[in-house]
Amino acid sequence: MKPESVHAEPAPVRRAVIAAAALVVGLFIVLPLVNVFAQALSKGWAAYASALVEPDALAAIELTLLVTALSVGLNAAMGLVMAWAITKFSFPGKSFLITLIDLPFSVSPVIAGLVFVLLFGAQGFFGGWLIDNGWKIIFAWPGITLATVFVTFPFVARELIPLMQEQGTAEEEAAVTLGADGWRVFTRVTLPNIRWALLYGVLLCNARAMGEFGAVSVVSGHVRGETNTIPLQVEILYNEYQFQASFAVASLLALLAIVTLLAKAALEARIGARHRGH
Amino acid sequence: MRLNFGPAAAAALIALVGSVASPAPVRAADVTLLNVSYDPTRELYAKFNELFAHEYQAQTGKSVEVKASHGGSGKQARSVIDGLDADVVTLALAYDIDAIADRGLIAPDWQKRLPDNSSPYTSTIVFLVRKGNPKGIKDWDDLVKPGIQVITPNPKTSGGARWNYLAGWAYALRKYGSEDKAKDYLAALFRNVPVLDTGARGSTITFTERGVGDVLLAWENEAFLSQRELGADKFDIVVPSLSILAEPPVAVVDKNVDRKGTRAAAEAYLKLLYSKEGQKLAAENFYRPRDPEIAAQYRDQFPKVDLVTIDDPIFGGWRKAQQTHFADGGVFDQIYSN
Repeated sequence: MKPESVHAEPAPVRRAVIAAAALVVGLFIVLPLVNVFAQALSKGWAAYASALVEPDALAAIELTLLVTALSVGLNAAMGLVMAWAITKFSFPGKSFLITLIDLPFSVSPVIAGLVFVLLFGAQGFFGGWLIDNGWKIIFAWPGITLATVFVTFPFVARELIPLMQEQGTAEEEAAVTLGADGWRVFTRVTLPNIRWALLYGVLLCNARAMGEFGAVSVVSGHVRGETNTIPLQVEILYNEYQFQASFAVASLLALLAIVTLLAKAALEARIGARHRGH
Repeated sequence: MRLNFGPAAAAALIALVGSVASPAPVRAADVTLLNVSYDPTRELYAKFNELFAHEYQAQTGKSVEVKASHGGSGKQARSVIDGLDADVVTLALAYDIDAIADRGLIAPDWQKRLPDNSSPYTSTIVFLVRKGNPKGIKDWDDLVKPGIQVITPNPKTSGGARWNYLAGWAYALRKYGSEDKAKDYLAALFRNVPVLDTGARGSTITFTERGVGDVLLAWENEAFLSQRELGADKFDIVVPSLSILAEPPVAVVDKNVDRKGTRAAAEAYLKLLYSKEGQKLAAENFYRPRDPEIAAQYRDQFPKVDLVTIDDPIFGGWRKAQQTHFADGGVFDQIYSN
């Protein structure tokens, strides 16, 4: 059954709509992406490579990898726990908790960053105590990680909750009846059921964590070679008339976007197949 | 040309993230200083930090690494207040350092600790226009004409923007004779501003790279630098009939250096700014040097401008100017909201 047979629109209208969609995608998505790589390579491969191994760029890449690994790890663990708690048990305040999970999506990242400055900054709630004890949170990697964790918090939980709700608790109950303990139920029953959705959430979380600008910008302090992540480094290079280097570093994020997109498509096919199978 | 594996490997590394955490690299310098500065000084301090590292090693035998952070002057001051670990601050105007001093991080008399109001170099505000000056912009009057787009950063966050604003105020006050008329002038000027960036460099990029606007109100050093970086065939500098003497000051952040034990190095760093080499570097990066000898050497580089200072009775110093114009509900808020 061809999809178009359902619709009554004449062929010219159909073609016009498709052309418009293709034009918009081409103009606003493909063209800028191609431009990133064109600019990055405008002075050749050698210049491209040297922009990436420049010490400040390397430091930005290292910091981004560290922050992303920490926040994705934390959020995967917390997302699992949250989804588990929400879908397998019932308790008062459950719907409120679900609302709270979405909070980072509705708060501007800049505000999120400022909240951490207000809490952990020198003038902030914990600031004096932190400084007296030699802890650096804001304007250092822990603050950048906190801000990233906040911004990317919902991704894993949001992917898992609908799926786990749909799956219900029947399989777990069966496992318990057969004598499996909690950990065994989790690793043998729950985790295999949700692994693709979990991976999907991790993927989105990862992409956002590496690309986050606003919240990180507020808590970074912009110290060169120390507290700049890849997106901040891109801005700095651009503002210093080093356009080619800026696009070279930006191309890392563009590559990440492409890899994420492909992986996402593959995962969606996987999840879709499972759904149809059920 | 066999470097192709570099980007590919880096990209693969990026793509695989989620599993690997790499620790921050260990730096070998004996002393590390952090200079928290304003926006357009990036190029100056990149060079000056090398000079200092060299001089300090020669004098003390210790290696030193100076890290830098740049942004809108007001925003940078706020970061230091919030705990950014600056050993020295080199900001766009005295009020921003006063704000840090008010929180007890810097001694109140900081501006008297170094010569020339603690400002080792000066600058002023000029206009950068498109090549050939197609809109015929000659003086402050031309900025309020209908259809002229003026690019300037936000005075709330940017030091350069506050100098821009005050220079315009001084001109209007002198020309029209009353504060009300000066307010009307600035209100008209800001009606012609399509976008307020947070820092001077953001505005420069908006004007030069994104091609927005007919005239950029810019630090003189910033205007010269964009000519050097992007080509003298693209932009002209217009010197208005009256401008302001901008004194970007420097200070050691007492509380931070005492905690970190870096006072000696931090003080040496600022002192070097006043040396012949330091002054030369400033002039090469288009800041007006204080040292008479170096200033004489670079005399031809800087156009003669009629300059009003911040201590002129029309402003009464930075604290008063800040309070009158840029505090919440001040003149800038009044003219910008209308």
